[in-house]
Amino acid sequence: MQQVFRRPESLKDVQTHFCPGCHHGTIHRIVAETLDEFDLARKTIGVASIGCSVFLYSYFDLDVVESPHGRAPAVATGVKRARPDRFVFTYQGDGDLAAIGTAEIIHAANRGEDITVIFVNNTTYGMTGGQMAPTTLPGQRTSTSPYGRRSEKEGFPVRVAELLSGLDGVAFSARAAVNSPRNIMDAKKQMKKAFRYQIEGKGFSFVEFLSACPTNWGMGAIEANERVGREMCEYFRLGTFKNTANL
Amino acid sequence: MAKRLLVRGNEAICMGAIEAGCRYYFGYPITPQNDIPEFMSREMPGLNGEFIQAESEIASINMVLGAAATGARAMTSSSSPGISLKMETISYMAGMEIPCLIVNISRSGPGLGGIDASQGDYFQAVKGGGHGGYHIIVLAPSSIQEMYDLTMLAFDLAEIYRMPAMILGDAVVGQMKEPLIPHPRPHRELPAKDWALRGTEEGGQRVVKSLFLGDGELEAHNWKLFAKYRDLAAKEARWEDYETADATLIATGFGSAARIAKTAVAMAREEGMKVGLLRPITLFPFPAKAFASATEHCKTVLDIELNTGQMVEDVRLSVARDAEVHFYGRPSGTGSLPTPEELLEQIRRYYRN
Amino acid sequence: MFMAGYGGQGVLLAGTLLAQAAIVEEKNVSFLPSYGVEKRGGAAVCTVVISDGDVGSPVVGNPSVAVILNQSSLDKYGPRIKPGGICIVNTSLVDLSGFPRKDLDIIAIEMNAVAREIGDARMVNMVAVGAYAARTGAVSIDALAEALKDTLPERNHRFIPANVRALEAGASLIGKSGQV
Repeated sequence: MQQVFRRPESLKDVQTHFCPGCHHGTIHRIVAETLDEFDLARKTIGVASIGCSVFLYSYFDLDVVESPHGRAPAVATGVKRARPDRFVFTYQGDGDLAAIGTAEIIHAANRGEDITVIFVNNTTYGMTGGQMAPTTLPGQRTSTSPYGRRSEKEGFPVRVAELLSGLDGVAFSARAAVNSPRNIMDAKKQMKKAFRYQIEGKGFSFVEFLSACPTNWGMGAIEANERVGREMCEYFRLGTFKNTANL
Repeated sequence: MAKRLLVRGNEAICMGAIEAGCRYYFGYPITPQNDIPEFMSREMPGLNGEFIQAESEIASINMVLGAAATGARAMTSSSSPGISLKMETISYMAGMEIPCLIVNISRSGPGLGGIDASQGDYFQAVKGGGHGGYHIIVLAPSSIQEMYDLTMLAFDLAEIYRMPAMILGDAVVGQMKEPLIPHPRPHRELPAKDWALRGTEEGGQRVVKSLFLGDGELEAHNWKLFAKYRDLAAKEARWEDYETADATLIATGFGSAARIAKTAVAMAREEGMKVGLLRPITLFPFPAKAFASATEHCKTVLDIELNTGQMVEDVRLSVARDAEVHFYGRPSGTGSLPTPEELLEQIRRYYRN
Repeated sequence: MFMAGYGGQGVLLAGTLLAQAAIVEEKNVSFLPSYGVEKRGGAAVCTVVISDGDVGSPVVGNPSVAVILNQSSLDKYGPRIKPGGICIVNTSLVDLSGFPRKDLDIIAIEMNAVAREIGDARMVNMVAVGAYAARTGAVSIDALAEALKDTLPERNHRFIPANVRALEAGASLIGKSGQV
C-alpha cells in the first residue's frame, strides 16, 4: 500500500492546543513540509514571538529562541549575523508584527536581512482574547472595538505585504491564504519561493498568511473559513508584491 | 614596562570587549557613550565581526539576545534613558539565562535630565530594573584600567553564571583619559555552552525561553535563578580596600564618586585623621561581608554617591548593627560634581577620633 | 591643571596633549573633559592631574594652576584657584582690570596675538600649553613635541612643526625666573 500522507519530519508527534478551525496548524504544516523538502530542519534556528505563535518549539522539532513581543525580526537579525550559515525564520502574528513590532519588521526588512518572516494575519489578538488588531477590518467587532472598527477613530487595516514591498531591502513579499485546497497549494508555492530566497542568499523574504480565528471571531470553523475567502481576501489581496529574482 | 596608552574610558571598554572575544555589537546613539558605537563600527568589520546601528535601543538589545542565544559573545551600550528602554529584554535574558554585556555610561535624570556624570541608575542596575524579580551582574569601574579589565571579567562571569552582566559607568569614567596597559584576556575556566542554539544536526532540540507554564515549573526556575545570585554573593564579590585597617571612619562609594572620595581620604590622612575607603567593585553581588567585617572595628561609615541615596541602603543592610552610616549625595547636573575638598569637609564633619 | 575656554579653542586637545606628554615622561596622569551639548561655541573645560604617584580624583576643586582662555572662564573659575596658585591668562580675550585676586601668580599673555605672529591663529591652545609647561615644569617641551605624534591623527602630522613652534613661542615668554 502506498503512503500518501504523513507527518512532516520537522513536526513533532504531539497533539495541537490550537482551537478547532484555527489555521495555525495548516500554516505550521506548510512551513514544516517546506523545511523538509529543502532538507533545512537540522540547520534551522526558529524565532518565536508572543501570542499563539509562541509555542513554535512545542510543534517543530527545531532549535528555537523566544522573543519579546514584536522583537522577533531584531532577534532573528542577531541570530543570523552570528550564524550566517543557519536558516533563520520568524513566525509572528498581526499584533506582534504589525503593532508593537512595527519598527523591528520595517528595519529588518529595510536592512535586507537574510531571514524569512512568516506573518500570520487573523485580524485579531488571538491569545489575549480577541482584541482589535492593526489588521482588524473596518466595522469588525472585537472585544476592544465592540461597536465595530471605526476608521475615523481607529484607522485602517495595515496591508503589510504591500507596505514591505515598497522597501528596497525586501527581495520577496507575498500574501497567501489557507482557506481552500487551491489556496493551500498556492500558499505552499509562496513559502517555497520565500525559503529559496534565503537558501540562495538573495535577501529578505516575507509571506503573509491570512488565517482564521473562529473562537475570537465568534464563528464556527466553516463560517470562519468562509470569512477568510469572502471578507479578508477582498481587503488583503492575495498575490506576489515583490519577487526581485523572479523565483 | 608595557607600553602605556592614553585611552578614553569608553574606548577602554571596547578594547576590553574585543580582547574578550566579543565580535557582535548592536547599539543606538546616545550621549555620553557614543565613543563606544563609533569605535566598534570602525573595528568590527576588520575583525570579521558585526556592527549594527539599530533602529532603536529596544531592537539593539534584542539583536544582542539573538546573537548571544547562539553562544556568541555580544554586547550593547547606552546611557540611562536608553537602558530604561532595554529593560524588558534584559528581564527576558535573565529569565532565558543568556549571557551578554550591557554597558550603561549613565547620565543624569530623571527623564531627559542632562548628560553629566550621574549615579542615579544604581537601583535600576542592581535591583533588577525590569519586571519579574531578577538580578544581573553589575560591575562599577573607577579607572580606565578597570574599564578594560572589568569588561573582560563581565563577559566571563556572564558565561559562568549564564546571565547578563552590566558595566555601570558614567560620564567621568567614560570620558576621562588615563594610561591603560592592555594585556591578554586572563584565563578562566568557562562552562561548555550546552544550551546555545546551533540547529539540530549537532544534537537534539534546544530551546532558549523564559515561558514556563507547567505546574511548579516557573517557581522552580525562579529558585534556580536565586541560587545563582546566592552563589555569586559567596564567590564573586569584589571590592577595593584602602587604608581601612586602623580607620575610625570609612568612606564608601562606587565608580567615579569613590575615585573623588579616595583623594579626600588621602587629604584627611595628611591631616592625621584615621580614615579609609571601602569601594565596592561588584555592585551585584554587593560585597556585604566586606562591610560587615570592616565595621566590626570601625563604627562610622560615610557613603558618598552622585544621587540622593541609593547604594546607601545596601551599605546599611551590610554593616555591623552598631555602626552609623551617614550619607552625602550630589544628584548630578551641570556643576554638581563634588570635589575632593568638598568631600574632605564631609569627612571632617563625621570624624571622631 | 585646569584649563577653560570655549569650544573651538582647542582646550580638549591641549589637555590630551599634556596627558600624553606625561605618559612620555612616565608619569601618572588623568585627563577629564567637560563640555556643553553644543559641538561648537559652548564652554569647554578640562582638568589634567599629573602625578609621580597615584592619581586620585580626576576632579579638582581648587586647582593650583589654571589656564584661562576667555573672559567667562575667568569670571567663573577665577575665584576657585588655590591661594598662591598660578593663573595663566589669555589677555587677547580677557580683561584682567576687574579681577580682584592679588594672591595669585598671574601670567598674562596675548595668546591670540602670539599665535597670529607665528602664522596660525588656531594655535592659541599650543601657546598656552607651552607657557604652562615652561612655568610649572610639569612636562618638558620635548615631551610635548613627542606627544604630538600620538595626539594628532596621522593626517594632521604635517602640522606638527607648526604646533611645536607655537609650544616654543609660549614657553619663550616665560623668563628664566619663571616670570613673563
